[in-house]
Amino acid sequence: MLTAILIMTGIALVLGAVLGFASIKFKVEGDPLVDQIDAILPQTQCGQCGFPGCRPYATAIAGGEAEINQCPPGGEEGIRKLADLLGREFKPLSEEHGVEKPKSVAVIDEATCIGCTLCIQACPVDAIVGAAKQMHTIIAADCTGCELCLAPCPVDCISMEPIAETVDTWKWRYPVFAIKQTA
Amino acid sequence: MLRKLFSFHGGVKPAPHKDQSTLAPIASVPLPERLVIPLHQSVGGHPRPLVQPGERVFKGQRIGGADGSLSSAVHASTSGLVRDIVPAVMPHTSGLTTLSVVIEPDGEDRWGELDRVNFRSTPPDELRDFLRDAGIVGLGGAVFPSHLKLKPGKEGSLQTLVINGAECEPFITCDDMLMRERAGDMLKGIIAMRHMLQAREVLIGIEDNKPQAIAAVQSAIAASGETGIEAVAIPTRYPAGGAKQLIRVLTGIEVPHGRRSTDFGVQCFNVGTAYSIFEALERGRPLISRIVTVAGNVDAPRNYEVLIGTPMDHVVRLAGARAGTDRYIMGGPMMGARMPAFDVPVVKATNCILVGSPALFPPPPPEMPCIRCGECAKACPADLAPFEMYWHSRAKNFGKAQEYHLFDCIECGCCSFVCPSHIPLVDYFRFSKSEIWAREREKEAADTARDRFEFKNFRQEREKQEKAEKLAAKAAATREKVGADGSAAAASSSTAPAKPSGDDAKRALIEAAMEKARQQKAQIQPKNTDAANPAVQAEIAAIEARRQVSATNPTDAPPDGPPSSGA
Ligand code: SF4
Ligand code: SF4
Ligand code: SF4
Ligand code: SF4
Repeated sequence: MLTAILIMTGIALVLGAVLGFASIKFKVEGDPLVDQIDAILPQTQCGQCGFPGCRPYATAIAGGEAEINQCPPGGEEGIRKLADLLGREFKPLSEEHGVEKPKSVAVIDEATCIGCTLCIQACPVDAIVGAAKQMHTIIAADCTGCELCLAPCPVDCISMEPIAETVDTWKWRYPVFAIKQTA
Repeated sequence: MLRKLFSFHGGVKPAPHKDQSTLAPIASVPLPERLVIPLHQSVGGHPRPLVQPGERVFKGQRIGGADGSLSSAVHASTSGLVRDIVPAVMPHTSGLTTLSVVIEPDGEDRWGELDRVNFRSTPPDELRDFLRDAGIVGLGGAVFPSHLKLKPGKEGSLQTLVINGAECEPFITCDDMLMRERAGDMLKGIIAMRHMLQAREVLIGIEDNKPQAIAAVQSAIAASGETGIEAVAIPTRYPAGGAKQLIRVLTGIEVPHGRRSTDFGVQCFNVGTAYSIFEALERGRPLISRIVTVAGNVDAPRNYEVLIGTPMDHVVRLAGARAGTDRYIMGGPMMGARMPAFDVPVVKATNCILVGSPALFPPPPPEMPCIRCGECAKACPADLAPFEMYWHSRAKNFGKAQEYHLFDCIECGCCSFVCPSHIPLVDYFRFSKSEIWAREREKEAADTARDRFEFKNFRQEREKQEKAEKLAAKAAATREKVGADGSAAAASSSTAPAKPSGDDAKRALIEAAMEKARQQKAQIQPKNTDAANPAVQAEIAAIEARRQVSATNPTDAPPDGPPSSGA
């Protein structure tokens, strides 16, 4: 009886030590849930969700401080994915945070630009090139379409243009419609 | 002569419809009123225009430069005037436009200067650049830039060069006619490719329903005296002309999922590509025309040598379009794509213009539920399970569809062909593939945006810190200095009552700055005085002395200096 208890205690101690060691040695940096949520968010970094960027919003969702339907660029599909990941109920996009829009990029009217650099400071992804009193322009490939540069421009020379479909981005339609068309 | 042939899984035998278009030889096409040459014709990149509207161009002049290494050049198909460079509807199901060069032919069809190269004495890299600038791309339909494929593998040589003359799609006969009429020249192109790839053997696979082509190629090989090149008749079964299927039939090698044929020492090219390589190397002519089969709802199906950029309806008219035509299909009935308009241009990918009518291609019967009969899996030459991929594509469950190797599907259409429920399976697979690509693009964009956002935050933080550090360092340095010669500053200043510390520090700073300026002024040395005569030297010395004195006691020194130091 005593030996049994001793053996059990011994095993418990050893396992406890191993677990304790493992938890220190293999400690996960950061919060994996936040990373998973952040991977779903569109990274537009527009702040429409009420947080300064996608990652803060992901942190807030993970912490239960925010709803999953506050990101307009992510749209319905994004909400669905979040709902799947978190096991929460799907909700339509909350209207106070904005509406889903077609993906666009900002375009600077280069003739009007006065080179104030205000838009550069507003752009969350450094997608604007320019220097003081020089004409500015937008690197379309890096622009996320967050619209944050529109408001600061003192001469209102920035506008949003929807991204046109090209052969490289064209998608085959869902077949059901194709049949109706060809038939 | 008797080779052991292998067979690939699945496949179907649709009615060939090839006889009518092989009755007459390849015909030429009169110049159309205008040519619309899309700049984006091959896989990869959008070549940039090299000409301006209003410019005269020669036949064969480069009008679009290759855009990066995965791209190929585009040329003027005839001499004439560049009318415009505008987006024009391209021969693509989407009906989208792409930047195109519109040329009005001058009727002279005059070639520009032509460069020939000797492939044996030119280094391989230069040859590849030459072929890129000659716009050579795969003419089997995939339009992949050929120069990228003309690289031997890691060992510097290749076991087998497979030349694809199978032409398995119904209606299409352009490769058949090419082999019948131009086997000798095509063979010269093959020899050049073999040289570039250092291939040990060359197998030309031709379906056994083209006996004349096989005979022509065989006699050309015999005439050339080359060894190690063989024309092989393969059983007629669709899709024997798929690259993987042809390689399987000829060599027995099964290229597994995720690998390329070069990993197994095999590379595959189309016969048309071989011919255009001959034209480029030996005649200096870039790829400006190709053989196109016109078949379907026309009076006299035939093959034509068509300039790239010729409107499709211009060619179809020669073959005698019949009433009831409601669509053009580029390619064959199995894999072809419906054109958005009748006047879209012929491009490098156009092997066939199939003229369709409701009588010839009746609308498909309505789609019915999948009964999981497994016919599609039996027919699939890529050894896939189409009904599983269909199920998940239909449910938009793309991850699952990919698990069933959706991307190994070559869109051959065998599965749709045999499906008793008339399910347009390929349409679902195309839909899924493009959705997956779109998602990947989005994901990539999101990842870049995340990185850039994080970097911007990091940069701002760093800048703030650097600024703070700089300020702190500067303040510390001046404070120290002020502390060191604080007594001197205090002595020289006339008003020195103790004030609040903030003011004091400021004043001390100003004092220090003035002291520094004074010292700098004092240090100025007269220059270029060596060559001056003694009298001038003396004068300079006197002025210097005066300046020294005034610099050291600026407050009580009158502008003209104190009398004691007067000279
Ligand atoms: S609304 Fe969406 S895209 Fe915009 S910052 Fe918030 S999470 Fe990012
Ligand atoms: S350029 Fe304007 S719209 Fe585009 S990412 Fe920057 S701030 Fe947003
Ligand atoms: S052939 Fe058609 S019905 Fe049969 S399993 Fe395949 S998809 Fe289903
Ligand atoms: S289209 Fe794709 S799935 Fe269907 S038979 Fe061909 S390779 Fe197989």
